[in-house]
Amino acid sequence: MGFFSRFLIPNPSPVIYSSMVAIGVTVLLIIVGLTHFKKWFFLWSGWLTTVDHKRIGIMYLISALLMLFRGGVDAVMMRAQLAVPDNKLLDSQHYNEIFSTHGVVMILFMAMPYIMALMNFVVPLQIGARDVAFPRLNAISFWLFFMGAMLFNISFVIGGSPDAGWTSYFPLAGNEFSPHVGTNYYMIGIQIAGIGTLMTGINFLTTILKMRAPGMTLMKMPMFTWSALVTSIIIIFAFPVLTVALIMGTMDRLFATKFFTMTEGGMDMLWANLFWVWGHPEVYILILPAFGLFSEIIPTFSRRNLYGYRSMVASMVFISIYSFFVWTHHFFTMGQAAYVNSIFSITTMVIAIPTGIKIFNWLFTMWKGRIRFTVPMLYSIGFIPLFTIGGVTGVMLAMSAADYQYHNTMFLVAHFHNVIIPGVVFAVLGAGTYYWPKMFGFMLNERIGKWAFWFLTIGFCLAFFPMYITGLDGQARRIYTYSESTGFGPLNMISFIGATLMAISFVLIVYTIYYSIRHAPRDVSDDPWDARSLEWATHNPVPEYNFAIIPQVNSRETFWDAKYKGHELFKGDYEKIHMPNNSGVPFIMSCIFFVFGFALVFSIWFLAIIGLIGIFVCMAHRSFEIDHGHYISVEEIKETEAKFGGVNKWK
Amino acid sequence: MKELFPAKQVWGFVFSLILTFVALLVYFFNMSKATGMTIFILTAFIQAAVQLVVFMHARETDDSKSIFMTLYCAIFLALITVFGTILCMVWGWSY
Repeated sequence: MGFFSRFLIPNPSPVIYSSMVAIGVTVLLIIVGLTHFKKWFFLWSGWLTTVDHKRIGIMYLISALLMLFRGGVDAVMMRAQLAVPDNKLLDSQHYNEIFSTHGVVMILFMAMPYIMALMNFVVPLQIGARDVAFPRLNAISFWLFFMGAMLFNISFVIGGSPDAGWTSYFPLAGNEFSPHVGTNYYMIGIQIAGIGTLMTGINFLTTILKMRAPGMTLMKMPMFTWSALVTSIIIIFAFPVLTVALIMGTMDRLFATKFFTMTEGGMDMLWANLFWVWGHPEVYILILPAFGLFSEIIPTFSRRNLYGYRSMVASMVFISIYSFFVWTHHFFTMGQAAYVNSIFSITTMVIAIPTGIKIFNWLFTMWKGRIRFTVPMLYSIGFIPLFTIGGVTGVMLAMSAADYQYHNTMFLVAHFHNVIIPGVVFAVLGAGTYYWPKMFGFMLNERIGKWAFWFLTIGFCLAFFPMYITGLDGQARRIYTYSESTGFGPLNMISFIGATLMAISFVLIVYTIYYSIRHAPRDVSDDPWDARSLEWATHNPVPEYNFAIIPQVNSRETFWDAKYKGHELFKGDYEKIHMPNNSGVPFIMSCIFFVFGFALVFSIWFLAIIGLIGIFVCMAHRSFEIDHGHYISVEEIKETEAKFGGVNKWK
Repeated sequence: MKELFPAKQVWGFVFSLILTFVALLVYFFNMSKATGMTIFILTAFIQAAVQLVVFMHARETDDSKSIFMTLYCAIFLALITVFGTILCMVWGWSY
């Protein structure tokens, strides 16, 4: 029994026990369902072993929606706890665990995979490629992310969740103050997912630099591809820092090293430093692809080309470099001298300039455009004013002297939700609707989608604007309750109502998907939005090989030129197409990673060693494997293309 | 015969061995900390450059332009990170 007692939850509550039962029942239902409908083979050969960037993108999307649900439930529980003074809904330990997991889940397991979903699906299509540069590596990226996320998520039913905040600052996160295994889950779950993300960065940098269609110079790339390129570069330079910091933290916790201890030569604030050296570029990893998505949606629905293409590119490149110059603004109150804070204050405020340029470019794109208020466009239009408010409060926070007032209060919480929700979440929801017909072959219902948008926007304003006020009045973040005499009660109640509206909006989004699966017509054209870039030039749904003939690019909006200006996109005849083979190794290797990580969390060393050997065996297998891929014959291409009506049918 | 002999790699190997021995001198001779660190840093950076150019073929393909762009970018950001960290945690530390 001694061995198994480590898996118990240190602070159990009825909510956790009921989630355990719910998880158990769901897993059982899935297994029974798959067996009953004889879908195991379909799941294995179609999805678990796939290296197709489109299917990997869809798997990222599904995972992101699941994690949005999980993180959203956390958020609603937190707002419910704070809705009235002296609330007894959650105890302090449970509240700590919830805000820690909410942050990690939303940033790393919801926003990141959502961005990865769209990058995976859209970028190869936008540059006229047949897949990413390293399709097998792409599958490994996805499965490592997925296993990392699952490892993190089982923490709340096996062994206890991390409770030191999503930033997991030492010494609080050290063994002395966080004795149970929660923080081990944090260190190892994020590590596994982070390795996957780093691989994605390398993969997409190579894809975009090497695999563009003939004629597509760097300055003719669509803006989302540009943002994916810049994001990949930030990933490659930022994630190694996280990897190293997490290894040091893991060693502190498991092997009693002294990197982040307060005694014996350790330096606890070094964790905060390394965390934010990664953490600040990380927020740009999230927001730049979101900017790219808005730059695709706004021109399409304004029927105008993107205003200021060059300045858009320049400001993104500038932001990408500058994102590495500002990290100290996350701990102005840590104890550096005023002149150090001033340096980082200025670098931080400078970032507002390129961001402002982009905002004006979007406005000028819409100026005199013929705007269609579809769901993706509504999200883009909602984004501009709301994100600007977040940006302005960001500049307020950047003033280091004033930051002593804002630091660690609800004002900060309001600020970063104010940039991440209208920035990233609006972008991925809007782009999710925009690219839905390309992914699944039918449109999402516009009417329900608009309801969801308005619920989300109004809910967002109600939930977060009151926090600016309570924050300035001194309500600290991460405090599980407050007394009535503080006067925070009414505003927090408004926040709770806003959170409820946002939860309703999530239900509406899921309902849109359900409703559209049931009722949406399946005969949408290849280009339902009258769009401008290359991803709409292929069929709907996209065939395995993306483009039967590699397109010829002549301008920034080749597809628009092909539709309206007589540009010939597909020249020449069909040739046989070389495609990569599916492989089960990425999935198996990631499962072993999961076991390895689980063993490390609970310090079960023999299992960890077996897992490590298994990982190396998988890598060795890859080294000795001979796999030349397969060819799709010309007859097969002809057959598929005839079914879709030929390569140039939209002319 | 001359085409078959990888002269560049052999000389690179000899050179990297020499750099290793130079760094080893710090251990065998009694020198000040500053001199020792200078030798370490210099030999380490030259060593890294030799490895990249000679053994990792950074200059031999059509991609060398993007390889060096990435490399310079990496060095620049690494320097910013290292000196920024020292600025926060050592030079500007006021507690």
